[in-house]
Amino acid sequence: MKPINLKSADFAKYAPEARRLIIAHLEAIRQLPLSFLPNLLREAIDYDFKFPAERNEIEKELEAISALSSGEREDWFRAFAQIALTPDLEGADWVNQPARFAEQESSYLWTTHQQDAFREAATAYGARIRAASPPAEPPVKRLGIAIIGKGVNSYDAPLFRNLRAHGTYFGKVKSGGGLQLLISAVGERAKAHPVPYGHWYVDGGDAAEHNAQITCVSYKNLERARTALLKKMQGEIQRPGMGPEQLRTDLAAMNPSDLGMEKSGDPVLDRFQLKVLTEGSGTQIFSTTFAQWSTRDALRRAQPLTLLVRFAPRQRMRSMNELLSDSQAIPELDFTGSLIDADMGAYYHWINQQRLPGASQSVFIAWFEDHEQAVAVSPTLPRDVEWVSEISMKGLLELALN
Amino acid sequence: MYGFLNHGEVSQRLSCSRREFLRGATGAVLGSALTSASPFVHGQKAQQKRKIIVITFGGGARDQETFAPEGQENIPHLLNELAPQSSFFTRVTNNGILGHYVATASLATGVYETLNNFSAVPPDHPTVFEYFRKDLRRPLSDTWVVAPSNGFNRIGESGCRSYGSGATVILPKHLLQAATSGSRHNFDHLLRDNYEDPLYTPVLKGNDLELNQLDRILRLSVDDFMTHARTLSSPDELSVYIAKRLMRQESPSLLWITMHDMDIAHSGAYSLYIEGIRRTDRLCAEIWDAVQSEPEYKDNTTLFILPDFGRDADLDAGGNGFQHHRTGDAASRTTWMMALGKGVRERVIYDQPIQSIDLVPSLGAIMGFSPQLAQGKPIKEFL
Repeated sequence: MKPINLKSADFAKYAPEARRLIIAHLEAIRQLPLSFLPNLLREAIDYDFKFPAERNEIEKELEAISALSSGEREDWFRAFAQIALTPDLEGADWVNQPARFAEQESSYLWTTHQQDAFREAATAYGARIRAASPPAEPPVKRLGIAIIGKGVNSYDAPLFRNLRAHGTYFGKVKSGGGLQLLISAVGERAKAHPVPYGHWYVDGGDAAEHNAQITCVSYKNLERARTALLKKMQGEIQRPGMGPEQLRTDLAAMNPSDLGMEKSGDPVLDRFQLKVLTEGSGTQIFSTTFAQWSTRDALRRAQPLTLLVRFAPRQRMRSMNELLSDSQAIPELDFTGSLIDADMGAYYHWINQQRLPGASQSVFIAWFEDHEQAVAVSPTLPRDVEWVSEISMKGLLELALN
Repeated sequence: MYGFLNHGEVSQRLSCSRREFLRGATGAVLGSALTSASPFVHGQKAQQKRKIIVITFGGGARDQETFAPEGQENIPHLLNELAPQSSFFTRVTNNGILGHYVATASLATGVYETLNNFSAVPPDHPTVFEYFRKDLRRPLSDTWVVAPSNGFNRIGESGCRSYGSGATVILPKHLLQAATSGSRHNFDHLLRDNYEDPLYTPVLKGNDLELNQLDRILRLSVDDFMTHARTLSSPDELSVYIAKRLMRQESPSLLWITMHDMDIAHSGAYSLYIEGIRRTDRLCAEIWDAVQSEPEYKDNTTLFILPDFGRDADLDAGGNGFQHHRTGDAASRTTWMMALGKGVRERVIYDQPIQSIDLVPSLGAIMGFSPQLAQGKPIKEFL
């Protein structure tokens, strides 16, 4: 089917709010090139299960497209229209399976050396959308906190090497009660700025006690879902004719109920957690990867005002088959390796936070749990310097935020 | 930080950064300053004795973990032992599909192949091994591939009708699987396969053919092989052990080794990625040491080392930094190549752009065969 032939009835299988949204912009959607449209539908089809920030972005994007004159639309989408697709792709069910189409399209673009052209077109389009509907500044300074190195007794190599260039390094943090203090600070911000999905706590292990207003995701809490997923993956891999692309397609089609995740009463968060486990590489087997990827996706999708992530030790490397079969009841842990993973994870946390509106005022703190080393990136603190005096965790937080 | 630079500018900046660092670290000079004739000897007799070893990394490593100042601690052998003896090409771009099997196949054919990265299919175009054997009339035993995972077992020869007699591919993990008769006890750490999609780990198969390779070609008993395997810690260590054994027993003139350990990066664990780089660094030096200690190879071998491509940059919003190579950004497409040994100028840095598909035509120019269907160009420094 070609986009120009789209009718309202073609979206009958979409969830109610997604259908309503698409039909409201159907006239504009029909004018879009096929190389582009399924990538837009891939986001829109899950509208009912999106975070408020994502919903807002999709609505604005569709409004911006609908507001274009025909000349502007031609100009905006010319590069996409020049991308050649095959009759097979044109004949695919891209309305109801846009994610699958996007994967097949990506593979085709790589094969035909059109990936760079597509990437360039997508980058230019993204810039135009941002210019047409600039994102709103957050109501309060965004705060990111990464706590790394749980359970590590000592570590002599330098930490936070990537972050130090952007902030102030603290080597004498009086850290007693630091974890509780930081989690409480997130809770206080959640009370003061009660935005839905605005304040997050991600834990790579078992979550510590926290305010109920905080959106919490933890590796431990998803243990049953992870086990069910690994079992399903093992079963799929044994199937004749199975390959990685088919496995990914099958995983993408899963629902939270397939992994027993539907009981939380929050279908949006259930979907988020399902996607972390089915779309992230390594999130099923390494807690450090789970924490990093959850943080990345939470920032990218929910755009929280506050996000605290606490990394926990991951299991030691074993063969991938062994890891997937989850054969060790109590896996051996790699404390030092996990600290190195988390140090990089903290850097990526900051990078992803800086991609959000209000970046110039955002604050970020990374702390080696139960140790004296921390780094803070804040508009009020100098870069690439060391704070040589003793400081309490409360003092550090105030210094960075004020 | 590469904000606001286009693809070419980022690629050039990466190249300059490698150049400046290596100049400082090794005292190398710029190749553009050299005007003398090629150091390669092209006489027929010399070419018959010539050995070529190519080491590729099937799992790119980025500059910040290798040749940038902050990465140098991870590559002490490449930097301190091999780079000072080498010609170093700072700007090698891969404009093809960034999957490890298809990219390695492209390196081996000199054409950007478009085969399915996850299928065990032969390349569409003739491989360097086929050109080598056909044009120079070399026997099967004179060229070998040591490859890391299931997907690579068809890389030795193409589906091209007028060629088709290429290299024997040896898959060390298959050997081990065959030697252990399917029981993987104690060897799982050596049998890891396919990091590129960690969600999918194909079942390894080993059979009588592999046992025959062990016995007839490598002159190894199953017991000796397994005893040694117990001392190893990774699949790449196993590959290098097999490669060294091949060098001793068969002395192939064209040996291609593909390493894979660092591709564990796809699991998202940074520390394991760094461990993989450090191991690869050490193993490259081990191969070079083996060249020096084997009379068939000493003073007669040119070694090429190159990653198949890079990995995504930290700041590219489409990716997740070191974990993957999916964005097609400049960092994931731009890499380097080191050449050392027979006929190679030492301590020279070349920063003019070359492509990864230029390798095969260059090997042809050095060894005297004609890769007619390759689309790359011979690197002029080797002519």
